[in-house]
Amino acid sequence: MSKVYLALQDNEESHSIVEAVEEDNPNATVIYQPAMIRIENEGQLVINRETVEEKMGRDWEVQALHVNLITLGGNVDEDDDTLTLTWKD
Amino acid sequence: MSTRKLSLKDKYRILTRDLEWEYSYRDYREIFKQEAFEGIKITDWSKWEDPFRLTMDAYWKYQAEKEKKLYAIFDAFAQNNGQQNVTDARYVNAIKLFLTGVSPLEYQAYNGFAHVGRQFGGVGARVACQMQSLDELRHVQTQIHAMSHYNKFFDGFQDFTHMHDRVWYLSVPKSFFDDARSAGPFEFMVAIGFSFEYVLTNLLFVPFMSGAAYNGDMATVTFGFSAQSDEARHMTLGLEIIKFLLEQHPDNVPVVQRWINKWLWRGTRVLTLVAMMMDYMLPNKVMSWKESFEVYFEEAASALFKDLARYGIEMPRYAETAILEKEHVSHQAWSIFYNYTHAAAFHTWMPDDKEMDWLSEKYPDTFDKYYRARFEHWRELERAGERYYNPTLPMLCQTCQIPMGFTEMDNPTLTAYRQSVYQGERYNFCSDGCKDIFDHEPEKYVQAWLPVHQIFQGNCGGPDIEDVLGDYYRINLGVDNMDFHGSPDEARWNAWHNLQPAEDKLKQAS
Repeated sequence: MSKVYLALQDNEESHSIVEAVEEDNPNATVIYQPAMIRIENEGQLVINRETVEEKMGRDWEVQALHVNLITLGGNVDEDDDTLTLTWKD
Repeated sequence: MSTRKLSLKDKYRILTRDLEWEYSYRDYREIFKQEAFEGIKITDWSKWEDPFRLTMDAYWKYQAEKEKKLYAIFDAFAQNNGQQNVTDARYVNAIKLFLTGVSPLEYQAYNGFAHVGRQFGGVGARVACQMQSLDELRHVQTQIHAMSHYNKFFDGFQDFTHMHDRVWYLSVPKSFFDDARSAGPFEFMVAIGFSFEYVLTNLLFVPFMSGAAYNGDMATVTFGFSAQSDEARHMTLGLEIIKFLLEQHPDNVPVVQRWINKWLWRGTRVLTLVAMMMDYMLPNKVMSWKESFEVYFEEAASALFKDLARYGIEMPRYAETAILEKEHVSHQAWSIFYNYTHAAAFHTWMPDDKEMDWLSEKYPDTFDKYYRARFEHWRELERAGERYYNPTLPMLCQTCQIPMGFTEMDNPTLTAYRQSVYQGERYNFCSDGCKDIFDHEPEKYVQAWLPVHQIFQGNCGGPDIEDVLGDYYRINLGVDNMDFHGSPDEARWNAWHNLQPAEDKLKQAS
């Protein structure tokens, strides 16, 4: 299975997103590099709006991910509640 | 009255698909003239998917937020004299190369997406291209803005658009985009939207930008990551267009495969510049070019091509060569620029002992074996006051336009050299990849504006080197060019930090 990945700018908002991703994807690996945080996982990564909102303590739209996103790898599917990255193999 | 919020999917449908209309009094083929000539068959544009379902209102909202954050940091950088806080002044030369070589490509991408967006019959693709076009314009603007601050304190930034159109090494990135933009709309999308954005720009905008951060360059890392946040969307668009083309008709598969082969190779050649920026121009090291290539090309591309295998798409033809070359290209490119620094608008230098050791550690199979001795020799010459500059003009590859300095991967001491004859004329190439690209479309590549040929033909300002470099390229001779040691950049930096000039250090050492 190939790895999907996501890289975020290393800032306060991202820390909440990373926390949420870690909680919802227990097998994901989080790598801290200068100014950025890379999260990778075999096959799939899910970001749930609800979990991020809980970590941030406020409302958050999935599309707001773009503000802190650096790059990603995998097939994207996004709706109001989740963003999913997958490789189908 | 309560307003009900539309779901993302409904909003996307209404604000993109609903903008389409029936073409009742004009023929479709007359409106979208370029849609068919490349041999791509589209049967149903409504199958086009934008996984982010981004609409114009959300686009403006989030882009505005990105810009506010970005400009706050530019202001802070300028107000706090950020130029004095980078690791050392050598680093700034990477940024010079960025402004002269890369930022104009953002402008070309803006033009390119504006053009191809008009050529597609599907409204989803048109809207996505429109947003990407605006993104690219934002990138070139923010990059010029960020680097204009460096222009106040360092040499070599002042004439970047003029230089981009003329200077020999800048013809490499320029001709890459010219090639893509003069192709048909679908080839442009595969070239730039897919091959470049999805597979290659990560190498520039992720590890290099992380390196910029690690070298104290807050402005560059911020524009880099801000641009790359748009790239994440572009990458997704690039992948969607590939899947869309492959799903539309089986006849599209071989056409797309050939474009992927071509543009992956063209792209890896352009990224040679980034390879040497990573390995030689970042005083504080984050990761080597080889390591970056392994993560962002080998790992990412193999996942991608495994995913595309279900359509009958294979790993690009020259990927194997590109993977072998990760051990060599940064050292070979730095050698070329060290040779020709008198003809460049930025400075080069030989790595110091600590940097050489880092290269040995990161390239255990190649650096000591093939490159260290040459570099130490050059350093000796410099210490003896005879810094080596190559007085000849190099032969260029007809396709990628890089001087013929790459070597055979089964014998890295032998320069790779290929030829083709077309209509009685002989053409030279640096690799099988570049030769095959030429052989498929010789009528296109014989028109290449090769800087060295143009100099010899007398089209670049005159017969003397000063005519070419000074008048035609507008390099400030003795200021923008030559080795970093002894440059006005170095003198200013030393004055800011009360440092001893390198020359005095050398004298003391000897």
